[in-house]
Amino acid sequence: MQFTFLLEQVVNGLVLGGYYLLIALGLSLIFSVGGVVNLAHGAFYAIGAYLSISIAKYLGFGASVVLSPVAVALLGILFERFLLRRFYAADPILSLLVTFGLAMITEQLIRIIWGAPPLSVNMPPEFKGSVFIGDFLFSRYRLFLLAVVIAVLASIWLLLHKASFGRVVRAGIQKPDMVAALGIRLQPYMTAIVMLGVGMAALGGALFAPITIVHPAMGAEVITVAFVVVVIGGLGSFWGVVISALLVGVVRGMTIHFIPAAGEASMYVLMFLVLLFRPRGLLGERIEKFET
Amino acid sequence: MKYNRRTLLKSSAALLGASALGFPAIVSGQTDKIKIGHLTPLTGFLGALGAYAQLGIRMAQEEINKSGGVMGRELDIISEDSVNPSTAATKAQRMLDQDGVAFLMGEINSASAVTIMQVAARNKRFYLQIGARSDALRGKNCNRYTFHVDIPSHVMVYAVGKALVRDNMMKDKKFYTLTADYIFGHDLAGAAKTFFNENGGKLIGDELIATDVTEFSPYLLKIRQSKPDIVCSNLAGNQVTNLIKQYAEFGLPYPIVGFNLNTADAWAAGEGNLSGTWPTVWYHTLDVPESKSFVANFMKKYGKPPENHAWIEYISLRIMAQAMAETKSTNTDQLIAHLEKEPQFEILKARKGYFRNWDHQLMQEAYPFTVKPKGQAKDQYDTLALGQAVPGPNESLEVLSVTKEQNTCVM
Repeated sequence: MQFTFLLEQVVNGLVLGGYYLLIALGLSLIFSVGGVVNLAHGAFYAIGAYLSISIAKYLGFGASVVLSPVAVALLGILFERFLLRRFYAADPILSLLVTFGLAMITEQLIRIIWGAPPLSVNMPPEFKGSVFIGDFLFSRYRLFLLAVVIAVLASIWLLLHKASFGRVVRAGIQKPDMVAALGIRLQPYMTAIVMLGVGMAALGGALFAPITIVHPAMGAEVITVAFVVVVIGGLGSFWGVVISALLVGVVRGMTIHFIPAAGEASMYVLMFLVLLFRPRGLLGERIEKFET
Repeated sequence: MKYNRRTLLKSSAALLGASALGFPAIVSGQTDKIKIGHLTPLTGFLGALGAYAQLGIRMAQEEINKSGGVMGRELDIISEDSVNPSTAATKAQRMLDQDGVAFLMGEINSASAVTIMQVAARNKRFYLQIGARSDALRGKNCNRYTFHVDIPSHVMVYAVGKALVRDNMMKDKKFYTLTADYIFGHDLAGAAKTFFNENGGKLIGDELIATDVTEFSPYLLKIRQSKPDIVCSNLAGNQVTNLIKQYAEFGLPYPIVGFNLNTADAWAAGEGNLSGTWPTVWYHTLDVPESKSFVANFMKKYGKPPENHAWIEYISLRIMAQAMAETKSTNTDQLIAHLEKEPQFEILKARKGYFRNWDHQLMQEAYPFTVKPKGQAKDQYDTLALGQAVPGPNESLEVLSVTKEQNTCVM
């Protein structure tokens, strides 16, 4: 029986990891290609959640989950064009400060537009409750969430590994000078990467709004986990981030099972151990521009 | 590095912009105003409640100033985010030293309230502790300079516990509790354990949960594995909302109750997610004329009904205004001496309140509540059905509170 309980925590942790992945993958892509740690990534997650609530009032849940990430991706164009672009070549501390500032401004803007008290949003009633698969209990809504994450993940993988878009991006991560010498401008690709990244964060926000509290500071809560996942997974590696997100989810569940008080500390211990043995993260590649 | 003109202009503009955002209100140093230092959490897991707290105290301030102030002087409230216990203490000290406030008010977080109470005692200055509910504040950590407005944790446990006993949900029932891992949660869990022991409830599991936890699924699985009769929340702030939402998401079959829930957190849980019996100190549908006119004025001003932290801050400033007017003073010793005579205060409830002179706790009614069945709510805020006030109309206000023998408070 004990074993079944444990297995249940593992499976639940994998589902939770899928949600971490939505936010961490974009952060990792923007970091890998642009060299910028986007501390405002959580802000886009929060905007995604708030927009989805506003949209759901008029067009329903389904439309809100689609339209809110699209709207945030469009915001991402402005973000890349007018802010991020100025900092790719600059001292990293500058981009850290700018994106951190943007995160704070966004939090205040949310307070001004939507108010400081938390908002409530309901999931469609057909998603409520849980289903049993064998001995395992699953939240119906999280199964839906898992399906969406798998679909998004598959599309991103295809885009990065099977399309010409991905070849340029991957080359751009390793050898931006070489890509430029071939006459390819990386800038439009970077815009697209930022759109994808913040769009995924917004999708995470929209999907999680029905099961977590929607409040102005929600972005700050999620950015730390996402950052830890990226660091554990390693830069430039798609599968590194995937494995890391799932691992963080599972380790948290197992820790809560055995030592509940250490639940939230578990991912930092995991990060410490991984960095001790693999300073570049689990599957991190050697990226020349970050080595000096 | 040399700066050209453009760079200089740009950076000045940027600095100006930043300062316009960062320092919206520079308080002018008029001496004839009565300055009051106010701290409440605006960020973190209690931030949503602090936002309501500020609305409440601002409204009381405007009303009092409009009607001529106190002793002919306007009230000037310097209100800031208390952030965390150490920042709260630093800010409280700064307000006393540099801002020249007469006394301190506020707080919701019990851990921050402890450090502000220490600042008050060290500086021998009055502190009205408004919204923190931990028993320890009025028990082993009590001090002469601090008075407490909100109901303490053991009263919340009694208010709900008695309703559970009445509904046959206590004797021989197996309870699984989830507890916020800081002073308030620990106190609440302690009071709950005592109540279970005295009334035949069995505690089969208790999880300490960090205040920044937003995702509860691993805990929900553990609850399912231990098959309790009743799940019981000793959580605080955002935690309760997240638990309620995810509990409804998983649809576990065990009834859920709790010993602490603020209405803003209940409203945020979403329609149909909340169930069970919970305690509150005040609710905007309370059928008392003074309360109704406060609610109407608040809605006119802010466009939404007041939450219990808006109410408690509103009455707290009015209590202080009355105390200052009655003593004709802002002096700490005179305020303490006056309040210890147990004068009555209008608190917008059926019965007036007073501070018990030996533990400085405001004696007042509390209410258990349940959730209105679907379709009975008039609007999105009208979701709770208030039970009878406890203590009842013919009982002493002190019957639910610890007695002098039980309390460890020594001033």
